[in-house]
Amino acid sequence: MSATLSKADFQSDQETRWCPGCGDYAVLSAVQQFMPELGIPPEKIVFITGIGCAGRFAYYMNTYGMHGIHGRAPTLATGLAAARADLSIWVITGDGDSLSIGGNHLIHALRRNIPVKILLFNNQIYGLTKGQASPTSELGKITKSTPFGVADHPFNPVALALGAEASFVARTIDRDRHHLTQVLRAAATHEGAALVEIYQNCPVFNDGAFAPLTDKDVKDANQIRLEAGHPIRFGRDYERGVVRDEDGCLTFADVADVGEEALLVHDPARSDSGLAFSLAKLAETPSAPTPIGIFRDVDRPVYHRADAEPATEEQLAGLLAAGDTWTVV
Amino acid sequence: MTKEVEELERVIIRFAGDSGDGMQLTGGRFSDATAMMGNDLATLPNFPAEIRAPAGTIGGVSAFQIHFASRDILTPGDHPDVLVAMNPAALKANMDELTRGATIIVNEDAFTKRNLDKAGYDANPLEDGSLKAYRVHRIPMSTMTTRAVEEIEGASTREASRAKNLFALGVLSWLYGRPTEVTERWIERHFARDPTVAQANLAAFNAGWSFGETTELLHVQYRVKAAVDVAPGTYRSINGTTALSLGLIAASVRSGLPLILASYPITPASELLHELSKHAHIGVSTIQAEDEIAAAGMALGASFGGRLGVTSTSGPGMDLKAEMIGLAVMLELPLVVVDVQRAGPSTGMPTKTEQSDLLTALYGRHGESPLPVIAPSTAPGCFDAGFEAARIAIRYRTPVILLSDSFLSSSSEPWLIPDVASLPPIDPEFATANGDGAEFEPYSRNERLARPWAIPGTPGLAHRIGGLEKAHGSGNISYDGANHERMTELRAAKIAAIADEIPPLAVDSEPGAGLLVLGWGSTEGAIRAGVRRARESGHKVACAHLTHLNPLPANTGDVLRSFERVLLPELNSGQLAMVLRSRFLVDIESYCKIQGAPLFAAEVCDQIGERQ
Repeated sequence: MSATLSKADFQSDQETRWCPGCGDYAVLSAVQQFMPELGIPPEKIVFITGIGCAGRFAYYMNTYGMHGIHGRAPTLATGLAAARADLSIWVITGDGDSLSIGGNHLIHALRRNIPVKILLFNNQIYGLTKGQASPTSELGKITKSTPFGVADHPFNPVALALGAEASFVARTIDRDRHHLTQVLRAAATHEGAALVEIYQNCPVFNDGAFAPLTDKDVKDANQIRLEAGHPIRFGRDYERGVVRDEDGCLTFADVADVGEEALLVHDPARSDSGLAFSLAKLAETPSAPTPIGIFRDVDRPVYHRADAEPATEEQLAGLLAAGDTWTVV
Repeated sequence: MTKEVEELERVIIRFAGDSGDGMQLTGGRFSDATAMMGNDLATLPNFPAEIRAPAGTIGGVSAFQIHFASRDILTPGDHPDVLVAMNPAALKANMDELTRGATIIVNEDAFTKRNLDKAGYDANPLEDGSLKAYRVHRIPMSTMTTRAVEEIEGASTREASRAKNLFALGVLSWLYGRPTEVTERWIERHFARDPTVAQANLAAFNAGWSFGETTELLHVQYRVKAAVDVAPGTYRSINGTTALSLGLIAASVRSGLPLILASYPITPASELLHELSKHAHIGVSTIQAEDEIAAAGMALGASFGGRLGVTSTSGPGMDLKAEMIGLAVMLELPLVVVDVQRAGPSTGMPTKTEQSDLLTALYGRHGESPLPVIAPSTAPGCFDAGFEAARIAIRYRTPVILLSDSFLSSSSEPWLIPDVASLPPIDPEFATANGDGAEFEPYSRNERLARPWAIPGTPGLAHRIGGLEKAHGSGNISYDGANHERMTELRAAKIAAIADEIPPLAVDSEPGAGLLVLGWGSTEGAIRAGVRRARESGHKVACAHLTHLNPLPANTGDVLRSFERVLLPELNSGQLAMVLRSRFLVDIESYCKIQGAPLFAAEVCDQIGERQ
């Protein structure tokens, strides 16, 4: 193998089969482009996926891969991570896969701090099954399974991950290649579990769900870019900011009114996840100003299992003959 | 005084008391002493279903049964010859299983008005004549234990009350001539940190022994000679759980694959998780998963990484694991799934035994998803079954279901400790790049139809697998109908061909036998013992026992057809009978027992008698 890898080294020979215009293409391309940076040979990288459109991702990466069953990718990844500390393991999942049928596994993978990077493609809809509401669909949304509108309160994936004590939580957008790559890079270098929510447009069943964050004329007003060590400001002229109000909650304010020194300075390394949670809750749906970037990035003991050498034959013999024995001649 | 000594061939004793009375400990000590003196034996504990049932109630009764003999023992015994009852509840809970003439030894101090009320007795059974069909020995165990312990400096009444089980053990040890050194050594070792408690227990034990020797209540001492038909070698007493865990570890050692068990707590399978968790220092990893599905997924993920992945559960957990087992069938990766069966459906009777998961193991998945099923038939046999399940899983790249049950996991028997070198090596045959530049084909097959196991980290073999149907050879996703049919047939043929490598069904027959008693799993001891009894009373009968349920031994059909009648006892409503009838068109007669209890030799003997 040559010393330097390129994007082509991570492209498999399989024909990519997502709908034209699907946000998954952009993420796949960004991941393949970014992988060589890691300096890890493809055979040491594993992509594990669940079911849903995102589940196909594994087939398109020229690495080891496993396309699992619905919602269970984190369990397969946990077993693999427990077995093999030498691998770089990535889970690709969607909002239905990881937040509905696989919700339990997601929260436990995060609380255990498994060394696995989880990319959660959130399109707020079920795509592969053709258009039912997902656990991130907004209230009132008309879908095939909710002709009178979604009545179930949606999950906020970032808030959920923070509640599960995730040590790395971030949000990014399929159409912002630069931001997406920055976040992937940070996730890859994080020591434990990383949850990256990617707002991903489904052009067929939920087109434009993230338009307030991606359309040229409004995105500056709505993207709140979180940057470590910087006051949290947004707006076309960075005229708006995030401050603590009187009861300690986070709220928006005009910078001109409160002054720059009143703004909250972002610190993803804060051990208390309370402020990160409040940031996540600033936007219940991505239709108004919504934070993107790294919400939390802290050190916490990483999941580890006994180093993997089987017992020796002597140890086995000792084990077999343990306890009280007697001999018949 | 000089006592009469009576020779016995075999004895069944049940120790019963409140769950706080230490009956498991008492039974365990008696068993060790019995093993040391060379009797063959089998034991079975019986725990209350509730963790902390109120003291003195029927629900809180804990029991331990031991069957020992001067000949080959096959089961822990049907009905006890001797019941040791530490309180009224223990007596009441076990009366149904005593036959007339049995011996009852009670702690008469515990038969107070309060305890009788708690057990639901209107009158004291020791006084009202209701036990006249039995030989009853009333021993004031609490009083005598207190008297013995009082003399020890620093010992409290609490220690005295807790040591009465050792007094009972002393009495029984005298009554059956068990060696005392084994128990004395154990007491010293076990209570080494607290010499006062050690002395109290020792005093209670010795007082029990002396009581037996001197009291006129017990005028006969029994002798059960050492068994003579025992193979030479070094033995230990082992239950099914420990045997299975050692079998899996042995397979790990002989394959060179580190063992990873992922499991979710469930009765009675949790014992295996506890047992394997003890061995982290020798490379055994255990993961307590968030649920049954995750446990199966973690084991399969570990297998993908080139480890020996094992998951364990009991009945309800099998339903949850089914989808993941189906994925393992499609991925064609090794996976061992242990199902310690219990009485179902649903939560059923979690602490009671049953063989009712056979059909779920064979067929309980959607689609065509055949896999090997193995069922150990004795506690020590769990070692071999664990090893064999792992061997087949690795050799054929397939999930294997190992069907144990609650009875096997907790019953104990002597085990001839195997020599490590005698265990066959298991070659995982990991795929490596052959350097010819040819495209790696993850779904190509060897002569056993097994596909290559290329683990992550192997240069040149990066590939993708998954639950979608695979094209033969390349492993690419395929929706082609002809390919799907071919792959379905290949997966089935791979499993079916394992029959070529497993031993034929062995038949224990005699000239003129027209009836075959066939069994599988934990009923073997009862069937062999029942057949032995039937033969002793002049019946001509054969027996055979299946440990491989899928594929079946190649000669199974021939064996079934070579007898006029086939009787198949099962702890379910005839599951194996249904499978064999449809497969071989043989008119098998079922004997079904679905009471959450093991099969008894007497039932088998009766069933044989009815057919002769």
